Amino acid sequence: MPNVMIRIKDNGALLFYIAKKDQEDEIATVEKDTDDEWGGKIELTDGSEYYIDPITPRPSFPTTLRFKRA
Amino acid sequence: MSTNHMTPEETQALIQEVLEVYPEDAKKDRAKHLMVNDQEVEQSKKCITSNRKSLPGVMTVRGCAYAGSKGVVWGPIKDMVHISHGPVGCGQYSRAGRRNYYVGTTGINTFGTMNFTSDFQEKDIVFGGDKKLSKIMLEIEELFPLNKGITIQSECPIGLIGDDIEAIAKQTTKDVKKPVVPVRCEGFRGVSQSLGHHIANDAIRDWVLHNRDNDAFDDTPYDVTIIGDYNIGGDAWSSRTLLEEMGLRVIAQWSGDGTLAEMENTPKAKLNLLHCYRSMNYISRHMEEKYGIPWKEYNFFGPTKIAESLRDIASFFDDTIKANTEKVIEKYRAEYQAVIDKYKPRLEGKRVMLYVGGLRPRHVIGAYEDLGMEVVGTGYEFGHNDDYDRTIKEMGNATLIFDDVTGYEFEEFVKRVKPDLIGSGIKEKYIFQKMGIPFRQMHSWDYSGPYHGYDGFAIFARDMDMTLNNPCWSKVKVPWLIEDEEETAVAASA
Repeated sequence: MPNVMIRIKDNGALLFYIAKKDQEDEIATVEKDTDDEWGGKIELTDGSEYYIDPITPRPSFPTTLRFKRA
Repeated sequence: MSTNHMTPEETQALIQEVLEVYPEDAKKDRAKHLMVNDQEVEQSKKCITSNRKSLPGVMTVRGCAYAGSKGVVWGPIKDMVHISHGPVGCGQYSRAGRRNYYVGTTGINTFGTMNFTSDFQEKDIVFGGDKKLSKIMLEIEELFPLNKGITIQSECPIGLIGDDIEAIAKQTTKDVKKPVVPVRCEGFRGVSQSLGHHIANDAIRDWVLHNRDNDAFDDTPYDVTIIGDYNIGGDAWSSRTLLEEMGLRVIAQWSGDGTLAEMENTPKAKLNLLHCYRSMNYISRHMEEKYGIPWKEYNFFGPTKIAESLRDIASFFDDTIKANTEKVIEKYRAEYQAVIDKYKPRLEGKRVMLYVGGLRPRHVIGAYEDLGMEVVGTGYEFGHNDDYDRTIKEMGNATLIFDDVTGYEFEEFVKRVKPDLIGSGIKEKYIFQKMGIPFRQMHSWDYSGPYHGYDGFAIFARDMDMTLNNPCWSKVKVPWLIEDEEETAVAASA
């Protein structure tokens, strides 16, 4: 269950950053991404997948969230 | 370009050959830390492993967590007293070695080059050093009343004997009414100084950053901070002038020539400018999350990268700043062009190999390229994956990239790649100079500097020329070896 900091990159994409692993990857797809809900299964550009229970309302980034490995 | 470019296969073969002497396990481990650069690669983690424990028995030049915290992040904060808490050596042997310049009267209102230590003896290890620590902090308060605060930089024994420095810090804060910051940077933590940076950042986050959150601050829309510039040889000063000429107001320098008040006021900034990503990205990310302050990485080495960075910084602000930026670049054009015209003919085509710390293995590449030189190998002592991600695009294809390189590997690479100049630290300097290869220290700028900014570029170019084209390099070989060579040549031609 890594703590993940998500921030908005210059190109507008969301950057998924795990400090412990120095992992910086863009989020490719988010299962649920609307104005009032964000989360579910998340896929990164490197192919790895994570899961978070959908959050309502959509959190404002940057923020730190706790993910599960999917 | 020069003919001695290596192909990816040749570079790979070189790595294999160098690894050959190791026992099987060591070979397997070290192979993961060496790579042939390929700009197509998006993620370094697929081809290089970094931030791992160095193997016992190989020669590494890494430091410890204490070095990362006291030496790098906290040490340059000039108006605080930094106590090296533990035996005397750690503080004394690292005292003032990093040349973080500052303005002030040492011993009166600034304390940068002084060594404060609790000088642990056997009895302190046996009975604990808590009482001694609170006593010396009160003594410091009496002897140096103009200090703005104290940090306690733990050396190894503090963690081993389990002293409660946090409790002492809280108590002393009450007694002296100044911030007292305990930093748990015992040297044994982590694999290199890198964790020390992180611990120091966390200590700033927990004990300093929020101190003035509720205080009024006369802000402007152009408030920026310089983060991760340690003012080595005056680097931060030559960077700061450029930002100020753009019309920005620099409200804090972290941490070269920096003060406690500047750190406490940083959350009021509009933009954090991050030079050394490795040592201060943690606090920048924290401020982005907590205070909503965006941060930008920039690079002030060499005119190409400076112009790029200035424009990138300006893009965050309004049109006045953007116009000013163009004026600044234009203003210095004649100056830096003269530097290039003078030194490029003397340096063109020369090949450089680097092995340094936090940001320089990638940041200085542009400055060398501005002088027509080429970086053929580079590596970090304590970089992480995110550093290598940022390096791959800067380096040419088929060049060598090495992580936590060992003394043996570095020497062998140099013998085979035959660079014209090596940039690394004091521990490498004399080995390579004795091998007859021009060398510059790229940690301390070889007691020169600054190298940042347009002013710094002129000094950088002069220093590189001075070293590379020094006539001494042709005199390094001992006379009897030169004669031997001549004889063989004569014999061969006969």
